[in-house]
Amino acid sequence: MSFSWAKPYEPKHPLMRWIDERLPLPRVVYGAIGGGYPVPRNLNYWWNFGVLAGIFLTIQIVTGIVLAMHYTASAEGAFTSVNQLIMRDVNAGWLLRYAHMNGASFFFIVTYIHIFRGLYYGSYKAPRELVWMLGLVIYLLMMATAFMGYVLPWGQMSYWGAQVITGFFSAFPLVGEPIRIWILGGYAPDQAALTRFFSLHYLLPFVIAAVVILHIWALHIPGSSNPTGVDVKDEKDTLPFHPFYTAKDGWFAAAVLLAYAVVTYFAPNYLGHPDNYIPANPLATPAEIVPEWYFWPFYAILRSFTVDFILPAKLWGVLAMFFSILLLFFLPWIDRSPVRSGSYRPVFKRFFWLLVVDVIVLGWAGGGAPNPMRNVISQLAAAYYFLHFLVILPLVSAFETPLPLPRSISDSVLHGEEAEAAPAGSTPRGTTTAATVVQ
Amino acid sequence: MRFILGFIGAVFAGVLLISMISGVAEYVSNPPAPLASEEFHLKPKPLELASDGMLGRFDKRQLQRGFQVYSEVCSACHSLSLVSFRDLKELGYNEAEIKKIASDWKTQVPSINPDTGEAATRKALPSDNFPAPFANETAARAANNNALPPDLSLITKSREGGAAYVHSLITGYRNQPAELLKKFPDAKTPANLHYNPYFANLNIAMPPPLTAAGQVTYADGTKPTVDQMATDVAAFLVWTAEPNLESRHAAGLAVSIFLLFASILGYFAYQQIWHDAKRAVRVTGALDPENQEKSRRAKAKQGVAG
Repeated sequence: MSFSWAKPYEPKHPLMRWIDERLPLPRVVYGAIGGGYPVPRNLNYWWNFGVLAGIFLTIQIVTGIVLAMHYTASAEGAFTSVNQLIMRDVNAGWLLRYAHMNGASFFFIVTYIHIFRGLYYGSYKAPRELVWMLGLVIYLLMMATAFMGYVLPWGQMSYWGAQVITGFFSAFPLVGEPIRIWILGGYAPDQAALTRFFSLHYLLPFVIAAVVILHIWALHIPGSSNPTGVDVKDEKDTLPFHPFYTAKDGWFAAAVLLAYAVVTYFAPNYLGHPDNYIPANPLATPAEIVPEWYFWPFYAILRSFTVDFILPAKLWGVLAMFFSILLLFFLPWIDRSPVRSGSYRPVFKRFFWLLVVDVIVLGWAGGGAPNPMRNVISQLAAAYYFLHFLVILPLVSAFETPLPLPRSISDSVLHGEEAEAAPAGSTPRGTTTAATVVQ
Repeated sequence: MRFILGFIGAVFAGVLLISMISGVAEYVSNPPAPLASEEFHLKPKPLELASDGMLGRFDKRQLQRGFQVYSEVCSACHSLSLVSFRDLKELGYNEAEIKKIASDWKTQVPSINPDTGEAATRKALPSDNFPAPFANETAARAANNNALPPDLSLITKSREGGAAYVHSLITGYRNQPAELLKKFPDAKTPANLHYNPYFANLNIAMPPPLTAAGQVTYADGTKPTVDQMATDVAAFLVWTAEPNLESRHAAGLAVSIFLLFASILGYFAYQQIWHDAKRAVRVTGALDPENQEKSRRAKAKQGVAG
């Protein structure tokens, strides 16, 4: 473990001692998510979303395994097995399916917040580059899993989404079309594609779980970052994960699950597309093909390239879309600023919020039918996305003067600044009496 | 490396700029012609049903009326392939009634002759799904001017607007407005199609299904106006698409209350556990430059007041 003051595991029960001596699994768990993992004491609520992503991964795996018991991966039977067997005849099958559908959306919501937290607080910087890159691997696996899962009900959007997304490969000259046919096992999505997507959709979540373990392992070498971005200096800066952060994560998880329950039970189809309740029909293209909301920003980037400039427009779009994620792997070296936290980087902070707005605008642009106005906005937003990471960020990190950093996380405690901070928590004496009088 | 990446970024941004300029130039030099379906398409009229909202429940009498409209009118062309006769129990029919509805159903279920093994049909049983009115897609198209009547099981979930769309579509038939023909002389509704502004392309193959009040004689004595029949069948189709809506709402309420209490209790537990550590955390909050600025201002103010 990273810090010398991390409490070693001391088994309380003879059985645990017996196990620990033979297989130190209790020790590993204690050091990872128990009292043996010291965490900076000043984490804010943006630090809760990693645990939440883990919770939603678990929900997806559990509901998914039970759904797979009732699902038929055949082009003839898939739609009926979902929309009649699971939704009507399996006990609480409707709950499993709606929990799984909306669980995917919530998994992406918490993951996006988790990613943007990392972007703002510089969590990708040394010594956490591998934590960041493993996180991006998880994100890519999530996208692949979600896409293949969306194909399984074999509705119109499933089918045509599969057609469009596998069609990306055919943008590449020479090798593209053979690769597409190889992936689909045919010239168009059909039985072969459906069965292999089902198989991979079952496999990949376990790969994600494995990479999550690596992600947490890599994180626990330097320990968690914190909102000041200043390194942990001594024991005063940290609190043990359990009970402090288990309690904080616990209540917050219940609150987020409440939001998830409200959507799942009262608006289960709000985040979906009506066309996916029409059985797949290879002969009838839907009026507009849109992916699930979590792919909209990338779909907007893909569609923004409309001109065959040297390369075909479609190839530009596909390259840009892939690169929009790949570039994030280079982020630790693109952003050269030694200051981690955006709170101490006045110029960076402004551009960060501009990026947040930009990605939301891209999402809006990718979610609707193209029209001249939407195209222009989408093209500007896509251009900003690339300029932000590849041009603005390196320049800002080279020229910006950061604000002075605190010497340590608990610096101001030691320097008697409690009085300064007092207004945040307690009211000055004078006003307290006034308030008491009013009461 | 940073230089190469910056170059790639500039190239993507440049191609996007070229795309944008050519798109705008195309729009200016050759503006897209307006379409009748964009200008004259209407959004569904609002429709209130008992099943709406977070605690909505089905009005079973209305569902029975809607089922009556389906079986006497819609089922001539539209299948209901995901629904079984036994499901009608949820509408309040008893087993004998369901058995009778199934065996009296106008189409029979494909089967085999038990003696010869030849293809045959038999009367439907409560365990059967509603038999489709046509044997296959080709038969359905042959009987409907090459149009395919969609299955209605999930229609309120597979159309934007749901039940309101179904209700508006059924009651929305009218003559093509003169204004439309004046503006778009080529957009005249073709023969065999029917003008309906709630349909995406304005011209629908389905002839008006409910044309006159009293087309269905309701068993419960409700006055069968066209609007009433359309509302009832829309309500029925909400049930066919989402038969578990009531248990979903009930479970949702229980789960939400549970999670609300869990998060409140969890919050107090969190406050309790952090009680001593909290003060230090509050102080580290002061490390935020914004908080530092705030406390500086507060201090200055106190100084003036004092």
